[in-house]
Amino acid sequence: MSRMSMEKIQDPREIRHWPDHMETDYLYTLGIAGERFFQEIKKNGKIMGAKCKKCRIVYVPPRMYCEKCFGKLEEWMNVGTKGSICTFTVAHIDLNGNKLEKPTIYAMIRINGTDGGLIHKIQGIDPEKVRIGMKVEAVFKPKDKREGSINDISHFKTTK
Amino acid sequence: MSAKVKEFPGEEVKSADLKAGKVLAIRDRPQAKYVFSAGIAMSKFLNELKKGKILASTCNKCGRIMVPPRIFCEQCFKPTDGWTYAKDTGTINTYSASFVAGDASRLKEPIIVVVVDLDGASPGMGILHTMKEINWKKVKFGMKVKAVWKPEKERTGAITDIKYFKPLEGE
Amino acid sequence: MFGKKRVAVIGAGLTLFRRNMKETGREMCWEASKMALDQAGLELKDIQSVAYGSAPDAFDGIHMKGENMTDSSGAWRKPFSRVYVGGGTGVFTAEAGWWHVASGLFDTCLVVAEEKMSPCQPHPAQAFTTIFDPIMDRPHGTTLIWIFSLEMHRYMHKHGIKKEQIALVSVKNKGNALDHPCAQLGAKITVEDVLNSEIMAWPVQRLDISPTSDGAAAVVLASEDVAKKLTDNPVWIDGVGWCIDSTYWTNRDLYYPDYVECAARMAYKMAGIKNPPKEIDVAEPYDPFDYKELHHMEGLLLCKKGEAPKLTAEGVTQRDGDLPINPSGGLLGVGNPIAAAGLMKVCEIFWQLRGEAGKRQVPGDPRTGLAQAWGDLMQYGSVIVMRR
Repeated sequence: MSRMSMEKIQDPREIRHWPDHMETDYLYTLGIAGERFFQEIKKNGKIMGAKCKKCRIVYVPPRMYCEKCFGKLEEWMNVGTKGSICTFTVAHIDLNGNKLEKPTIYAMIRINGTDGGLIHKIQGIDPEKVRIGMKVEAVFKPKDKREGSINDISHFKTTK
Repeated sequence: MSAKVKEFPGEEVKSADLKAGKVLAIRDRPQAKYVFSAGIAMSKFLNELKKGKILASTCNKCGRIMVPPRIFCEQCFKPTDGWTYAKDTGTINTYSASFVAGDASRLKEPIIVVVVDLDGASPGMGILHTMKEINWKKVKFGMKVKAVWKPEKERTGAITDIKYFKPLEGE
Repeated sequence: MFGKKRVAVIGAGLTLFRRNMKETGREMCWEASKMALDQAGLELKDIQSVAYGSAPDAFDGIHMKGENMTDSSGAWRKPFSRVYVGGGTGVFTAEAGWWHVASGLFDTCLVVAEEKMSPCQPHPAQAFTTIFDPIMDRPHGTTLIWIFSLEMHRYMHKHGIKKEQIALVSVKNKGNALDHPCAQLGAKITVEDVLNSEIMAWPVQRLDISPTSDGAAAVVLASEDVAKKLTDNPVWIDGVGWCIDSTYWTNRDLYYPDYVECAARMAYKMAGIKNPPKEIDVAEPYDPFDYKELHHMEGLLLCKKGEAPKLTAEGVTQRDGDLPINPSGGLLGVGNPIAAAGLMKVCEIFWQLRGEAGKRQVPGDPRTGLAQAWGDLMQYGSVIVMRR
């Protein structure tokens, strides 16, 4: 009997593959903080932040706890809907590598007066013209179309 | 603890409330498809199944005849030394009758699940499979069983080329 | 003593265990961690390292969830490692925490274990189907319950054990859980209830199984000098052991968990234990199914092979018996958020040895306790021995 480890498969037609998947559906609860944050977006079109007085940080999205001092965050506030572009990218392909009809601008938006940010789309401007530091404002979907998701904000638009 | 702690944290959500949308939730289904390379030993194993044979590998150091075959002996941690065949008969090492399917749904007729220690391989060298042509309450530990194969032209080189195991005649 | 420093548990924290929790996994981690820190009298800045454990990402539905849980486990800008050995994770995470401190590298370590199983639809069982070999096992439509039912049946056959004897474990543990403030399924049931419950995969019936759950647990570990400054009542980790068996589970005889014995011997040697049934005052072996408690009692050398059902029937494993087993109510009663369940057992031993377990307190001033977890395809054993 030949030594197995020396015996590589010579004929490529003998190499076998086995297709399968690890897909299933997921239903994520938003959490204690997330539920409150998105209810405010859904019902009132408001973006909320949570303040840690000790560390002097305002978190957006708001959380239950401060990551630095581990204290419970009880002070929530309306942080407005305005911010600026902290960084951005222009996507030309989708998740599966197919070309998008139109390039899409994704930005990390720093909400004014906070240490937090949101990832969202920028619309109403030519991708060539986008600059870091540009002022932007959230545009909400009509109330009856909101579901309690980040997409209740349709996009951010640039402002003067 | 019970003495020191007054209240334990946590807020329950009832399944009914979740389904009724009383609590906000996000739905998603990640894409996660795979094409596993069967590898050297299992490619051969699958090709042999197509021919109606059960391939095994041997280790000269510990003397085991192993199914499923492998290119290294995991106990001696050295390459295995050759191929041979196990028989398509064996004895029942353990069994169960499952009334649940993979997605937790219920079945009227149970799937009889068995671990069959194959003849011609080392003792206790079992494979997982299913059993038919018997009422689940009549299955016994140590029962002799035989593979029922798909007709040759229907075989694709898969463990399911063996449709199921049935009691060996005379049992 | 093994290692450079002796390691103590000085605080423990636990969330409720429920089928669906509103909290995200991160929020649960913070709740348990904060409680453990408060109990230990420490602030986040006193924690030098974090060991975090959680079982498959496929439950939470967040790939690389270890990274997702960092800030909620107190690991913001700290040395952080995630460990994962299936169901063995809960106890193994405490062992990983032990290395951090015993090695002399750190004086404190926050150990956190979390599991959020509820996002997985239609049922968390779905996530378990992909732990099986894609070529040999999955094509049969294999589901996790099969591997348990096959093992349970083999164990029963080998020792001639009947279902009624095994059902006593479920009755005991669910009853014990009525005294646990976090318990999901504490209940007064009878052997008949178990035998009449829905057959899932014979011989497994519905009341033989622990539920799927969301929950988190945490403990604070400290080196000897730090521990003695903070508390008069440290609980020492005197023995750790862990072992894994081959993944070819159909090539093994499932009636006995050799890997648990391996892990137990390692922990007993370290702790200087020569006669486990006499020297262990209270034990929390892993009980995702009722027969597993018996299986593991034998693997932990707490009794002879096949003898565990007899001890259960005689009341030896009740809280006021000679060898209390799972006074917490175990996974069967408290719940089974995989990794958090194992660490819950470590928390229980911590509270038992300190006399702080309230209504669940085992009498007789227990001084030596043991927690054990099990995982993967009937493969993994992790054992921890704690002493006051």
